[in-house]
Amino acid sequence: MKPAPFRYERPVSLPDALALLAEDGVETKALAGGQSLVPLMNLRLARPDVVVDLDAVAELRGISRSGDQVRIGALTRHEQTATDPLVGEQLPLLAHAAGHIGHRAIRTRGTLGGSLAHADPAAELPVASLALGAEVEVASARGVRTVPIGELFDGPLSTTLADDELIVAVRYPVDPGRRPFGFAELARRHGDFALTVAAVTISVDSDGGCRAATVALGGIGGSPRLVGPAARALIGTRIDPPAVELAVAAVDQAMRPVADLHGTVAYRRAMAALLTRQAIAMACGAR
Amino acid sequence: MTEHDLRPWPLRCTVNGTLHQLDVEPRHLAIDVLRENLGLTGTHAGCEHGVCGACTILLDGEPVRSCLLFAPQLDGRDVRTVEGLAGPGDELHPLQHSFSAHHGLQCGFCTPGMLLTALDLLGHNPTPTRDEVREALSANLCRCTGYQQIVDAVMDSSRGGAFDCT
Repeated sequence: MKPAPFRYERPVSLPDALALLAEDGVETKALAGGQSLVPLMNLRLARPDVVVDLDAVAELRGISRSGDQVRIGALTRHEQTATDPLVGEQLPLLAHAAGHIGHRAIRTRGTLGGSLAHADPAAELPVASLALGAEVEVASARGVRTVPIGELFDGPLSTTLADDELIVAVRYPVDPGRRPFGFAELARRHGDFALTVAAVTISVDSDGGCRAATVALGGIGGSPRLVGPAARALIGTRIDPPAVELAVAAVDQAMRPVADLHGTVAYRRAMAALLTRQAIAMACGAR
Repeated sequence: MTEHDLRPWPLRCTVNGTLHQLDVEPRHLAIDVLRENLGLTGTHAGCEHGVCGACTILLDGEPVRSCLLFAPQLDGRDVRTVEGLAGPGDELHPLQHSFSAHHGLQCGFCTPGMLLTALDLLGHNPTPTRDEVREALSANLCRCTGYQQIVDAVMDSSRGGAFDCT
């Protein structure tokens, strides 16, 4: 046993969970899969007064299609995201990215909402969700609101959510969801967090011209982000090598890489360029 | 926080087929319950922050790190540990026989986690390739063997192998 003492709560409804998160004067943490929070608590880097276990909150579960969106409950485990037939058919990039997370013993516990809320700069699902144009359903005792995924992340391990807010579900449009996609990541060991990760979607007309595209990168310094200029460098072209190099140059422009134990700034720039090329090639190969 | 806030949590869970009821402190981890409360010391605590895989158990049939679960999260669940692999007469599980025959261990610290990770793999994929075995076992760190004999042991436990345990 390593964590500091805390009060444990297991609400059985969303209103009960939100009421607990709204409690004044105490530091409260929501516990979903626990694959990031519990290590931080074991190391006593996090010492919340109250832990609100969301596992019994049915409103946070379920995967459903509604019109031109797929809605995925925040408590959906990575293993389910990776193997669910509806996700596989409508959001193949998300399923593919979820399969890249950690190992099975991590994927059986970790959740979609937890991954987005933890906002690790190199995590797979934030990058895939950016490329897919997700909308995040957020609730608190004060009400509900929708946050575009591009407005969720606020630096490493930080989001724009208030302390009493909880991610309830994530909605993904089936376009770009169903588009051919590319996904590439560099990790030191299988299952590790990525040093850099790239996700792209590309839609091509019958004549071979790129009609629409998204390009997102993570692990390049700060928050994961969409690189609009890289997508625009592809749109309207036949995705020939000069267009790809313009997209790579746009990624390089957008980067704020930081040197650390795992790589120099130059190495990270080179890897971001390589992974962008690989992800675009993968998307083009699949079309 | 008051004393009331830190009250023990009444836990009911099944471990290796036996129902247990006990009061636990919420900050205790699943591995603490297994080792300290139930005396099941076969599950080993390695890094205690979810990296090494030594403490892997099966929770409702799925592999999880028992150092990343708080004790109350076991409530109502079915747990299987390395102690639950042997048969009723204490005969070794075929996977354990294969680890023994291939000498798939040196110090043995990582072995319980390796066994449960391998059992989960073979349950999903009874005829894995060597690469698939290596990928699954990459969830568990071994600092002695270099993994070769562990991979040999799992391959020989797959369907049609000498120690078929599928």
